[in-house]
Amino acid sequence: MNAVFALSNVVIKELYRRKDFYVLFILTVLITLVMASASLFNDDKIVRYLKEICLLLIWISALAMALGTASRQIPAERENRTIFPLLAKPVTRWHVVLGKFLGCWLACGLALVVFYVFLGLVSASREHTWPVLNYFQAFWLQWIFLAVVIAIVLWGSIIFAAPSSNATICLVFVLGILIVGRYLNQIALQQSEPMRSIIYGIYFIIPHLEFFDVRDLVVHDRGLVGWGACVLVTLYGAAYTLFFLFATWLSFRRKALN
Amino acid sequence: MNGILEIKDLRVEYPSRGIGEPVKLALKGLNLSVREGEVFGFLGPNGAGKTTTMNVLLGFVNATSGAAYLFGVDVKEPIARQRIGYLPELTYYYKFLTAEELLRFYARIFGIPRGETERRIDNLLKLVELEHARKRPIKTYSKGMQQRVGLAQALINNPDLLILDEPTSGLDPIGRMKVREIIQRLKNEGKTIFFSSHELGEVETVCDRVGILYQGELKVEGRVSDLIQKYQTNLEQIFLQIIGYAQPVNS
Repeated sequence: MNAVFALSNVVIKELYRRKDFYVLFILTVLITLVMASASLFNDDKIVRYLKEICLLLIWISALAMALGTASRQIPAERENRTIFPLLAKPVTRWHVVLGKFLGCWLACGLALVVFYVFLGLVSASREHTWPVLNYFQAFWLQWIFLAVVIAIVLWGSIIFAAPSSNATICLVFVLGILIVGRYLNQIALQQSEPMRSIIYGIYFIIPHLEFFDVRDLVVHDRGLVGWGACVLVTLYGAAYTLFFLFATWLSFRRKALN
Repeated sequence: MNGILEIKDLRVEYPSRGIGEPVKLALKGLNLSVREGEVFGFLGPNGAGKTTTMNVLLGFVNATSGAAYLFGVDVKEPIARQRIGYLPELTYYYKFLTAEELLRFYARIFGIPRGETERRIDNLLKLVELEHARKRPIKTYSKGMQQRVGLAQALINNPDLLILDEPTSGLDPIGRMKVREIIQRLKNEGKTIFFSSHELGEVETVCDRVGILYQGELKVEGRVSDLIQKYQTNLEQIFLQIIGYAQPVNS
C-alpha cells in the first residue's frame, strides 16, 4: 500500500499546485455572495434559493474538478513518460490505478469540505441554524458519487486517446444518468419488444447516480435520509467504484506504455 | 544462475503496425549475464534492441519467449525491482515537485522509514551536488540538474544493481563529467551497473565488460581490455567493425 499512498499524495499535491480548485472555489463564492447580496422579491425564504444555487455550484464545481483531474492522470503519466521510472520500482499497474483513484478522490473530498463549510456559513448567516448532520449527509453522498465518477473517468482515460474527449464523453454519460437514468423504466414501459428489454437492461446496469443527490432535502429542510439507506447507498456506490476500477486495471494491464 | 542479471534466449516481437507490414523482431534469442560488482556497457546502434532489452528487464515489455531474471527473480514479478535503480535516458519526473519531494515520493514507494528517508535525501543531494536547489521545483532545473536528480532517485533505495539508459545523453561536457564521476564513485562502492551508451570513450574508461548488440543479436561480449587486445584497436573501431562500418585492422 506504500505505493498507493505515495501516488495519491502526488495527485493531491498536483491538484493544489494547479489553479483549478482555487478558480472554482472563488467563482462559487463570488456567485453565491452576489446572489446573497440581492434581495429578490422581498422573500423571507430567499435563503432556500441561495442554498439551491450554492449547492448547484458545488455540484458543478466538484464534477468539473473530478472530471478534469481524473481524466488527465494516466494519460499524463504516459505522455510525460513519468510512468517509466515509476513502474521501474516495485509498483504494479493496479497500484497506479488505485493510487490515482485515491488521490483524485481525496483531493475532491478536501475541496468538498471547503465548499460545504462555505455553504454552512452562508446559510447560517441567514437562517441562524447549523444543520450539521444534513450537510454531512449531503457531503458524504456527493463524495461517494464522485468516487463512482472518478472510477468511470479513469476507465475512460485508458480507452479514449485524449483527456478532453474522455472528460466530455464522461460528462455526457454522468449528466445523462443524472437527468434521464431514473426515468428509463417508465420509458421502457412505453416501448415494444425488443426495445423494452434493452432499455430495462440499461436501467438495471447503469449506476443510479441520482441516489447520491440529496440537495432537495437540504434546500427544503426535509430532514435526514435514514442512516440505513445511507449505508446501503454507500455500499452501492462502492460496488460500482470497484467494478469500474477493476475494468480500468483490466484495460491498463496489457496496454503498451508508449 | 550466478549473475545478478540473467537473460536467457530472450526473443521480443512487436506486432505489425499496419496490414501487410511484417512483425518487427527486436531481439533474436539474446543471452547475457552480468555479475555482481561489475560495470557492464551495453552498446549498439539505434534500433539494435538495447532499449527493448531494458524495457523487458524493467517489466515494461513482455518477452515473446525466453526469460530474464534480476537477482534470480523473474522480471515479471514486481519484487524483482526492489533492489534495482533505473535512470531513464531522458528526464521523466513530476516537474511540479521539488527534488526532495520527488525523492521522498520514491522512498515512500520502497517503504523506507521517514528518518532514514531524510538522511538518504541529504546524502544523495550532496552526492549529485543539488543541495542548493533541493526546494526548487524540478521544472526550473537545467537538463544536467534534471539528469542528476534522476540519478539520485535511482539511488534512493540503495540499489545493488543500477540500470542506466544513456545517462550522459544530451548533456554538456561539464554535466557529462559530473555524471561520469558519480558512476565512477558508485563503481568504487561496489555497485553493479548495467548501462547503455553511445559515448564509446566513456564506456572504455568506466566499464569492466561490454556487449555489442546489432539487429537484435549480441555480436560481441567480453572484457574491454580483452577486446582491445584481440582486435588491436580501440572500442570505437571495434564497434564500427561489428556493425560493418569499418574494415578489420589486420585486413
